[in-house]
Amino acid sequence: MNQTLREFMILPMITTAPQVELRALDTLWFQVAGTLCNLACHHCLVSASPTNRTHEHLSLATVREYLDEAAGLGVREFYFTGGEPFLNPEMEAILEATLARGPATVLTNGLLLTRDRCRRLRALADGSDYSLDLRVSLDGWDAATNDPVRGEGSFARVLKGIENLVSVGINPVLTVTEVCKDVSGDTGKQRFFELLREIGIDKPRLKVLPVFHIGAEVSRGGAYADWQKLSPGDDAGAGWDHLQCSSCRMVTGRGVWVCPILVNDPAGKMGESLSDTLGSYPLEHQACWTCHVQGASCKT
Amino acid sequence: MSGKNSPFPDHTGKATWGERVVELEEFVEASLNAGRSLGAEDRRAARESLLRPVDDATSAEGPFERILVFGGVYSNHHALRALLHRARDADAVYCLGDLGGFGPHPEKVYPLLVENDVRVIQGNYEQSLASGAEDCNCGYTDPRDNHFAGLSYRYTERNCSDGFKRWMGELPERRRVRLGDRELLLVHGSPRQVNEFLFESTSPVTFLEKLLDRERCDALLCTHTGLHWHRRLPSGRDVVNVGVIGRPANDGNTHVWYTTIAASGDSIGIEFQPLPYDHEALAAEMREEKLPEEFVETLLTGWWTTCLEILPARERERSRF
Repeated sequence: MNQTLREFMILPMITTAPQVELRALDTLWFQVAGTLCNLACHHCLVSASPTNRTHEHLSLATVREYLDEAAGLGVREFYFTGGEPFLNPEMEAILEATLARGPATVLTNGLLLTRDRCRRLRALADGSDYSLDLRVSLDGWDAATNDPVRGEGSFARVLKGIENLVSVGINPVLTVTEVCKDVSGDTGKQRFFELLREIGIDKPRLKVLPVFHIGAEVSRGGAYADWQKLSPGDDAGAGWDHLQCSSCRMVTGRGVWVCPILVNDPAGKMGESLSDTLGSYPLEHQACWTCHVQGASCKT
Repeated sequence: MSGKNSPFPDHTGKATWGERVVELEEFVEASLNAGRSLGAEDRRAARESLLRPVDDATSAEGPFERILVFGGVYSNHHALRALLHRARDADAVYCLGDLGGFGPHPEKVYPLLVENDVRVIQGNYEQSLASGAEDCNCGYTDPRDNHFAGLSYRYTERNCSDGFKRWMGELPERRRVRLGDRELLLVHGSPRQVNEFLFESTSPVTFLEKLLDRERCDALLCTHTGLHWHRRLPSGRDVVNVGVIGRPANDGNTHVWYTTIAASGDSIGIEFQPLPYDHEALAAEMREEKLPEEFVETLLTGWWTTCLEILPARERERSRF
C-alpha cells in the first residue's frame, strides 16, 4: 500500500481529549535498547524483559539520521532509555556521536556499569563540550525494599555499578519511582541521600518519578480507574506547557512516538521522521492524566 | 534467560501492547499503520510554525560603541557600587535582572540603579515580587534548596518598599541594543522563558543558532544561571551569559563577574571582568540580618552551598558541594 492511500484510509480520529501543541522540540529521546532489558521490573511501564522485542535496538546509523534531523529543528538535549541502554552493543559509539552535538543523559539500571565501561564513559564526558549525565534506577534504599520490585540480588549489583561510576568521578542521578511510597516525602528522600553519601557521593542527586499504571505495573499495582483521564477544560486555563509532550518526541526502532511513556501503544506513534511529528497530540491515554495531575516529566 | 524456572516473563515472539501480551506481528502491523494522520501540508505548516521568527516590536537602543552588562545583583549593594565605579567609560550600563534574594537590605540597590541610569530588565525575581507571588519561581525540587530559596525570598519580599516593587513590575522583559552594526538581544533567562537556564554544557550550538534565527539578532545576552560563558556560533553570532555580581561563580574565588562588550569592525569583542568588592562587609551585614550562614559561607569561600540542584552534570562536577 503506498503512503498516500494509507493516509487516505486512516481518518483522523474524532476526539474530545485536549490537544497539546508542540511548542519546541527541545528534548529528543531514543529508546536505544528497545524493550530489551536484563531485568524485568514488576512496575516497568514498557514491560521490558530479556525477551521483549516489542521495540528493537536502534543502530548507530539510525541514531545519526535522527541527530542530523534534530540539528535542523534546534533540539536542545538527548536522552537514552530502553530497556537497558548498555545492552545495545553500539551504545558507546552512539553516545560519542551524540555528545558531539549536545548534552546526553542515559537512563540505566546500573547492572552493566563495569569499571572499564565507567572509565570509557569518563573519557566520553571529558571529550565533549556538553554534559553527559547518567541516571541509575533503584526502588528502595536496601535489598529488602528494592529487590521485590527490581529483582532478586539487583540492589547489590546496582550499588556496585554506582560505586564504579563514583570511582571515575561521575555522580549519577538516582531515579526512584513512587512505588517506593516514602520517597515522596522529605524523610524518604533523605534516606536515599544518606545511602548515596555512604558510598562516597558527597553531592547526592535524586529524581523521583510517579507510577504509571500501564505495562507490567498493571499486574503489580493495578490499572487506572475509569475516572483517571483528561477531558476538555482540564487545563483550567494554565495551558499544557508543563507536559513533556509539548517539547519532546521519542524515537524507537518502529518510528517516532509522542513521548517515552506511550511507546507500547501504536496510538502513541506520530510518524517515521521527526518532521512527521511536529503537530499536536491528543491527551487520550490514561497515562496523560498522571503527567498532568502529578506534573510528571521523564527529564531530569 | 527465560523459561520455566526463570524469574522473567517469556515474551518470545510476542509484543506488550499496553498491559496485554499480543503476537509481535499484530503490534508491528498496527505500528506501521499508525501515526500518519498528518498530511504533507500540515507537516509543513507545523514545521514552519515551530521555526517561525518571533514577532518582537522592541526597538533597538543605541547605537553604542561599548556597553557594560551584568546580571544577578541579589541585593549585593557593595558589588553594585564597585561596578558603578568602573562603568564611567561605558556608553550604557545594562542589568539583566534578579535584583533581590540572597543578600541583605534589598532596598539599597534601588537608588543606585536609578541614579546611575542603569538600564534594567525584569528577572523572575522582579516578576515574582511585583506580582505578589509566593516564591521566586526558580523551580527547585530539592527540599533543602526550597528551604533556602524560601527564606531568602520572604526576607527580600518583607524588606522591599511598595515603590520599588511597582518599579520592578514596570521593567521591560527584553531590550534590543545596537552595538556598531550588530544588534544584541538582552533577556534574563532565555528569549523563550524568563526562568529558563542557559548553561554552557546544556546549550548546543544548533539549538542556539535556531534561537537566534527566530529572534533575528546577532548576539544574545542572558544571565539567570549565575555562571558566565561565551560561545561564538558557526554563523559568527554570539551567545553570552554575562554572569552575576551578587555572588561568586562557584569557583573558589570571592570576586564576582560582569561583562564588557565593544563594537569591533563587523563583530563584537566580549570580555569577562572579575570584580573584587568588600565581601567581608557584606558578610557582616548578612549576619546582622540573621540571613543563613550557608549564604555567608558562599561569599567568604567562593563556593555555592545551596541551589546546586540546577547545575548540569559538567558544572556540578566543578562544584565543591
